[in-house]
Amino acid sequence: MGARPVAVMDPLRFGAADHPDTARVLPGVVAGVGGYGNCLGLPNIGGEVVFDPCYQGNPLVNALCLGVLPVDRLQKKEAAGPGNVVVLMGARTGRDGIGGVSVLASATFDEGSEQRRPSVQVGDPFMEKLLIEACLELYDAELVVGIQDLGGAGLTCALTETAASAGTGMRVWLERVPLREASMEPHEILASESQERMLLVVAPDKLEAVLKTAEKWGVWATAIGEVTAPSPDGQPGRLVITWRDQLVVDVPPGSLVDDGPVYARPMREPADLILLQADRAETLPRPSTPEALRETVLRMIASPNLADKTWVTEQYDRYVLGNTVLAQPEDSGVIRIDERSGLGVALSLDGNGRYARLDPYQGTKLALAEAYRNVAVTGAKPIAVTNCLNFGSPEDPAVMWQFAEAVRGLADGCLELGIPVTGGNVSFYNQTGAAAIHPTPVVGVLGVLDDVAERVPMGFVPRPAGDHDQLFLLGETHVELSGSEWAWVTHEHLGGIPPQVDLARERQLAELLAEAARVGHLSSAHDLSDGGLAQGLVESSLRRGVGARVALPEHFAGGSMPFVFLFSESAGRVLVSVPRGHEKAFTALCAERSVPWEFIGVTDPAGDALEVHGQFRIGLDELRAAHGATLPRLFGGAEAPQVEVAATRTGTTTVLPATAERPVGVDPAQVAAEPIAEAAPDVAPEAGRSAPAEAQATPAGQPEATSAGQPETEDAPAGETRAAREPDDTSGDSTSPTTGPAAGGPDQR
Amino acid sequence: MDAVVLPGGFSYGDYLRCGAIARFAPVMETVVEAARGGMPVLGICNGFQILCEAHLLPGALTRNQHLHFRNRDQVLRIETTGTAWTNTFQSGQEVLVPVKNGEGCYVADAATLDRLEAEGRVVARYVGGNPNGSQRDIAAITNEAGNVVGIMPHPEHAVEALTGPSLDGLGFFTSVLKHLVGAPA
Repeated sequence: MGARPVAVMDPLRFGAADHPDTARVLPGVVAGVGGYGNCLGLPNIGGEVVFDPCYQGNPLVNALCLGVLPVDRLQKKEAAGPGNVVVLMGARTGRDGIGGVSVLASATFDEGSEQRRPSVQVGDPFMEKLLIEACLELYDAELVVGIQDLGGAGLTCALTETAASAGTGMRVWLERVPLREASMEPHEILASESQERMLLVVAPDKLEAVLKTAEKWGVWATAIGEVTAPSPDGQPGRLVITWRDQLVVDVPPGSLVDDGPVYARPMREPADLILLQADRAETLPRPSTPEALRETVLRMIASPNLADKTWVTEQYDRYVLGNTVLAQPEDSGVIRIDERSGLGVALSLDGNGRYARLDPYQGTKLALAEAYRNVAVTGAKPIAVTNCLNFGSPEDPAVMWQFAEAVRGLADGCLELGIPVTGGNVSFYNQTGAAAIHPTPVVGVLGVLDDVAERVPMGFVPRPAGDHDQLFLLGETHVELSGSEWAWVTHEHLGGIPPQVDLARERQLAELLAEAARVGHLSSAHDLSDGGLAQGLVESSLRRGVGARVALPEHFAGGSMPFVFLFSESAGRVLVSVPRGHEKAFTALCAERSVPWEFIGVTDPAGDALEVHGQFRIGLDELRAAHGATLPRLFGGAEAPQVEVAATRTGTTTVLPATAERPVGVDPAQVAAEPIAEAAPDVAPEAGRSAPAEAQATPAGQPEATSAGQPETEDAPAGETRAAREPDDTSGDSTSPTTGPAAGGPDQR
Repeated sequence: MDAVVLPGGFSYGDYLRCGAIARFAPVMETVVEAARGGMPVLGICNGFQILCEAHLLPGALTRNQHLHFRNRDQVLRIETTGTAWTNTFQSGQEVLVPVKNGEGCYVADAATLDRLEAEGRVVARYVGGNPNGSQRDIAAITNEAGNVVGIMPHPEHAVEALTGPSLDGLGFFTSVLKHLVGAPA
């Protein structure tokens, strides 16, 4: 495209965290992502690590790369200008990756999958680095007419696409292609997916300069053919390929590019969906005592999907290039683009396969909403969307229906948010035997920050003695537990209808956050999603070692309502901390933008604990230990959690000694009540709510009967729905992991 | 030219042994000559590996003991302020600088280590956890003359509040200015 790559992100999906095969696959995938990206010199600024048994046989490795270019340097793929030379540049062509797209990415795994190993390409990041630099130099010197990378289907795809897009023909001498193995057959040369290769179209008088540039960077560059004219009758030209004077291909290029078959595959709602949706998590027994709630918090933050991902992310270089302003575990990665003006971008990726399994249309909208919100909490203005749609076999009508619903959800969602989808990728056949993965649309959103110095981080901010920030919860909390992390972790339950999503509200929320960030109302902002408010509070507290004291709003006080307040996964919510003195202006802004808000407490820079008034108080050390120990325990290298960083980030350079937790016997009411009341003399806690919460706690269409919060028995036919989510463990063991859209190029077109 | 910094990275892909190929890059002949003549040379990460391969510094950097690449913000203690690159620090000062490497485990034979310690040539040590298993927690060392320093962590990533964990890395660069022109830190 002509852009210089500046950052990468990688959403990953693995099978159950404690499955032996996950312990085999995950370290290799992480080392692979890190090995290539680190060597290439690109900061890894975010992504996802998600565990679910449905990915046991088909781990997903998605990758996103962000590049920057001056608009006038945009490169096109047209092989225009008959007489121009076709140049293959980069690595030599080998037997690796032959049939990668057709064999690996477009077939369901079964017993014979072992034999497909040769279909996996072998990457060479240093060659990629040289190739990138060589290309950028060619663009700057305006030496190329058109350029296309070699991804799925290798030369076949690149030759036909470049010719078809210009309407020209091409004459190619295949024996000129530099090979790693001299014995390669013509069809192997055409189908090889060897990485680190580019196809250039070059004017004859520029050829020498191009070859010289390639030589300077130490990459192969070979003229393998030339562009030929369209036929005089107005028909497009033909692609003619010979190998040692034998004609091996003679086709109109468009026949392979534009005239592919259009499938109208049968689609049908999965037969089990209606039962699955009826098996609601809102009916599961909930914790309703302070002790049970405390235990739930500690159990949830230690569960694999919510646990600290440092074990993974510290294997990635997040600093290289020196422009990383925010990186994981922040909601978005933020990269500075222009050092003088401070112009930068925020980037986030999200997807929730469980939500999409329960409702692919809403689930995709929820993924879009979360990525959008993650960008918005940094203060950035979301402007574009990308996606990777990971599904099972489209030959299964139920999967095809999920896919169609997801696409419809993404299209509708982007229309409602008013931002375009600029690209994406589809990965089908993520299926082992009859068991498909959950439909897993992963949505990326890009936002712009006029000045990255105004970005809002997720962690509570240390303050000098006596000072603190005020905590506000933006958005509305409903009783929405279906598809939640809590339902899965504590009940192994997946059923019901995912949280409601209101994109008009998401948009208002994003506009509010951008404005509040710009005028300095926000010390921190953190999206609430998986694990709800409890997870948000813990993450914001641990980020810089600053605790908080939270008071439950009145309407969340009785029975299991404190639990709902802390663990519901209602969409459209953000936890913000506001410096003292800004609360009036901030809440006025909320009112002006019609964003519901609630004052819920204060940060507690001196307290070293997270406290929920009347419920529990948990020391930050205990939280950190629970949150941080899970992945090292599962994947090795268990060490003491790294406490010094949290400590030093607060401004001191000494290592924090382990602080003993305060005695539990202290009445939390005494600790919490007074400072909170004192902290917000001007703010009426109910002011931001447009209607009483009791009424709102029941989303339309979801009759709710939990006002007392007492456990209820499961009333749905659980046996059948359980079967639907059971993974195919036995066949999963024997297969290799598949990488979806790997960094080298799309695997489906 | 007044000073040379060999930056981090993956020279020639580091497919053989880190820095083993880069050490033979034509420019290294000049660098070695200048370093022997007293020019300040700082090798960061891959640069440190290259300096060891080029025998400007003793010992070697091997695969991290836990076998993973590791990127974290690391506390270091500055042990020696007598070098061209650390003369603006206080002896014993603790600084916070990102570390990020896959092969940063410093090793040398016991006699070399003892000599480095005895001659005050251990420039910085890891504090609060050793990120790669380096012997005696060594993060940075210098040559006999104190003009060549190799450091595994990345001071260049701790020079700006917006993009780094601290401003502590600046000290390495103000030190060389002070060394060269006597400019105040």
